[in-house]
Amino acid sequence: MNSRLINWFKLSSPATFYPFAGRMVPWFSWIAIILLVIALYLSFFVAPTDYKQGEGYRIIFIHVPVAWMSMFIYVIMAGWAAVGLVYNTRLSAMMSEALAPTGAMFAFLSLWTGALWGKPMWGTWWVWDARLTSSLILLFLYIGFIALKSAIEDPRRADRAGAILLLVGVINIPIIYFSVRWWNTLHQGATIKMSGQTSMDETMLIAMLIMTFAVWAYTIAVVLLRVRTIILERERDTTWVRTLLQEGNRR
Amino acid sequence: MSEFFAMGGYGLYVWGSFGAMALLMVAEVIIVRQQRHDMLTRLRRMERQRTAPPVSPEKESGK
Repeated sequence: MNSRLINWFKLSSPATFYPFAGRMVPWFSWIAIILLVIALYLSFFVAPTDYKQGEGYRIIFIHVPVAWMSMFIYVIMAGWAAVGLVYNTRLSAMMSEALAPTGAMFAFLSLWTGALWGKPMWGTWWVWDARLTSSLILLFLYIGFIALKSAIEDPRRADRAGAILLLVGVINIPIIYFSVRWWNTLHQGATIKMSGQTSMDETMLIAMLIMTFAVWAYTIAVVLLRVRTIILERERDTTWVRTLLQEGNRR
Repeated sequence: MSEFFAMGGYGLYVWGSFGAMALLMVAEVIIVRQQRHDMLTRLRRMERQRTAPPVSPEKESGK
């Protein structure tokens, strides 16, 4: 059998994943910090002033990365939910639980930065535009998932209910993505397209992409840190956690 | 310098966006670290109680 395959399966056990996650946290934290500094420098000092929106357009350098991130995180959570339902692995439910607060934070930030951009450019904080409304639903899905998980006492039942909610809600992601094409209301179309020409200055594009990688690294670091706490709580009666705690007590 | 912070009249919107993001990210890191610390403290205490030798009745009444 392929040895790499075995390793990946081994990592899906909380006992192996816990120390692995711990080793990864500092790496991703440093990557996040370095990329954030570069992205902020490019956003404010290198990217030129927009000929139409002046300096106000600089919100794009965080608005687009956080909006993308809020969608990515949801898709990853739904992926973990599917894995959890099919293979009945404990770690997958812990992963989606650890991702949810960060996803909710980015969903909120995409609405917040969008409102602060919409006010000066469109003249309004909020409209019931298709893109805005589906993004608001995404935030509610995150909040609903967190509330549902904490409302069910039995953790295994909570995992299953949460997974089903995530999988049903995933329909909202293509709706958000295509909303600007399907319903031509206020929100502008995609500037960066999966296919074809990007209608954007190169330095602006680079700044935005580096910011995207920065929030990726940030998310990985903070989620690994959070999942370690969740693993400890849910595996507290296992031998390996108890050994770990006894070592901590002796020190 | 003040020109930089004015952002061509968009200061409130630009800094309101970047500020909120910075604030939430810093807050999240602090909260996650605090949660880990609290969890470790709680579980270590539980573990000490579980592994502690049983207290003899004479000792307890002698207090």
